Amino acid sequence: MSTLLEVSGVSVSFDGFRAINNLSFHMGAAELRAVIGPNGAGKTTFMDIVTGKTRPDKGTIRWGEKGISLLGLSEARIAREGVGRKFQKPTVFEDQTVRANLLVALRNKRGPFAALFWRPGPADLERVDALSETIGLAAHLDRKSGELSHGQKQWLEIGMLLAQEPRLLLVDEPAAGMTVAEREKTTEILVEAAKTRAVVVVEHDMEFVRRLNCRVTVLHEGSVLAEGSLDHVTSNPDVIDVYLGR
Amino acid sequence: MTGSFLKRNPSVPVVLGLLLIGTLAITAMAASGGLSTSFVKTLGMTLCLALAALAMDLVWGYAGILSLGNIAFFALGGYMIGMWLMTARTEGIVAESLAGQAIPPTPQEIRDAVGGQIFGVVGSSDFPTIWAFSGSLPAQLALVVLVPSALALVFGWLAFRSRVTGVYLSILTQAMTLALALYLFQNDAGLRGNNGLSGLQNLPGLSGVPQSTVSLWFLWGSALALGLGYLLCAFVVSGKFGAILRGIRDNEARVRFLGYPVEGYKLAVFTLSAAITGIAGALYYPQAGIVNPAEMMPIASIYLAVWVAIGGRGRLYGAVIGAIAVSLISSFFTSGKLPDLDLGPLRLVWVDWWLVMLGFSFVLVTLLAPKGLGGLVDLWTQRRRPARHGADLGPDQGSFREEEAKA
Repeated sequence: MSTLLEVSGVSVSFDGFRAINNLSFHMGAAELRAVIGPNGAGKTTFMDIVTGKTRPDKGTIRWGEKGISLLGLSEARIAREGVGRKFQKPTVFEDQTVRANLLVALRNKRGPFAALFWRPGPADLERVDALSETIGLAAHLDRKSGELSHGQKQWLEIGMLLAQEPRLLLVDEPAAGMTVAEREKTTEILVEAAKTRAVVVVEHDMEFVRRLNCRVTVLHEGSVLAEGSLDHVTSNPDVIDVYLGR
Repeated sequence: MTGSFLKRNPSVPVVLGLLLIGTLAITAMAASGGLSTSFVKTLGMTLCLALAALAMDLVWGYAGILSLGNIAFFALGGYMIGMWLMTARTEGIVAESLAGQAIPPTPQEIRDAVGGQIFGVVGSSDFPTIWAFSGSLPAQLALVVLVPSALALVFGWLAFRSRVTGVYLSILTQAMTLALALYLFQNDAGLRGNNGLSGLQNLPGLSGVPQSTVSLWFLWGSALALGLGYLLCAFVVSGKFGAILRGIRDNEARVRFLGYPVEGYKLAVFTLSAAITGIAGALYYPQAGIVNPAEMMPIASIYLAVWVAIGGRGRLYGAVIGAIAVSLISSFFTSGKLPDLDLGPLRLVWVDWWLVMLGFSFVLVTLLAPKGLGGLVDLWTQRRRPARHGADLGPDQGSFREEEAKA
């Protein structure tokens, strides 16, 4: 399996606190991965580093077949390279309709002049319809996204990421605040998405991780503590000590 | 983003229609002697202010950037056209007075005499370098757009790329405006210091045309500029570009992580706003007759923001309504025609107290009716606001408040 993302030896500290400590991590091109770990393990910082929000003190991040370095690229540039990010709190454009949210997210030229003269064609509208079907919001396309329930906003944000056609999807705690039925739907969306691209899910909820049924990476104090199937890592004594045993 | 231009901008035919009817009515009334020339000028200037407010709404109401620098672009537009007006008109006068001499004056002599006339007031007689193009109308017209745009481009590039947002960005833009005003106050700056440029109401070569006619020309010119500006702004905000601007206003991070270069968008809209504002200023100051650095003092920046706030930000017609209503009421109160009110210990002199009232109304609108005057339109279109229990529409400082949004 070809490697899509290769993070090696990355460290970052904030005012002396080592949030990420010599972290190495790699992802294949079509893979689902869950990242778990206690609070402060560096899960969100890890995402910040990959998406360009935080610059690491040392280490390298290689991306794609050509192995280009993501360090030093702007967030927008990294997103255009094919890294999509879902925030922990649902972040959608609340003053705009679900359709507008998805249209804006569609993969297109991103420059101001291209946007000024862009009009959605039939293919774009079809794509938005199909996406809204996938995320279960087909009936809500013309509603303002601010009116949606918490779970629906989370789905819309995932839908926007899918519209962006990323090669790697970073999803921060998608199931937080969702009902059981919503969680099941979310699992379906993510498992389906991972068939054609890499998906990293950061999650607290073990039940949700079990449902994803994928390889798990356990982070602790900014580095990888264990990696493997959920059963494998949950039987690891170190993991039990720092995380599950608490 | 979907649907025809008119479907996306239902306000366009209404605003353009009212503008046309209003301009025709004023022309008819002026022709029959019902309106004084100075009042026609006030109305023409009001339309220019509405255009400037429209450009302000573009950056503040749509992109969430509370720019207090727009008034600098407005004054710069006035300066650029004023340079040609002064030069060309003084040339006419000088040529006429020198024509009677036995030896015809050389072009250099005329140029020197014009320089003496224009810059004598600041103790100089040479044209400063920045007046190099002042003899050419096309060049100065181009500068009306280019100078404000260039300033916005350079300043915006520096400010946006360092990701200054919210209040700090507003303070920066205000600092830019104040610095420019203080610079222009100096005689060395080459724009006649605190005298500014004057006599701008006299169009070169048209001394035979009465001001009552010129005032109508400018009224129509201002109305045309406002109409075209409205069309342009409607086009800009109703497409995908507008959707991204509103995204930046409410939730900049999401836009960034979708892959859009946020700084590029801010820079584009800020520069466009500056260009429109420059044109508004170039139409305003020939009607006002004088432009000087005092026009750029902080109070003027605040005015521009107040018009948009009172009109209702984030809707183009709101900015137009706000600017027209406030500036007309303002000229009514400051005209001196209103008798002072004697309240015993306190004597209400309207010319002085008007600003206090305006300040109060700004506070009241912000607190009680964030939709502003534009919100009155909602009663008619039955637009409702969303029920969000007080939550803003996004995490950013400039984001829409619950009351401003549409359900």
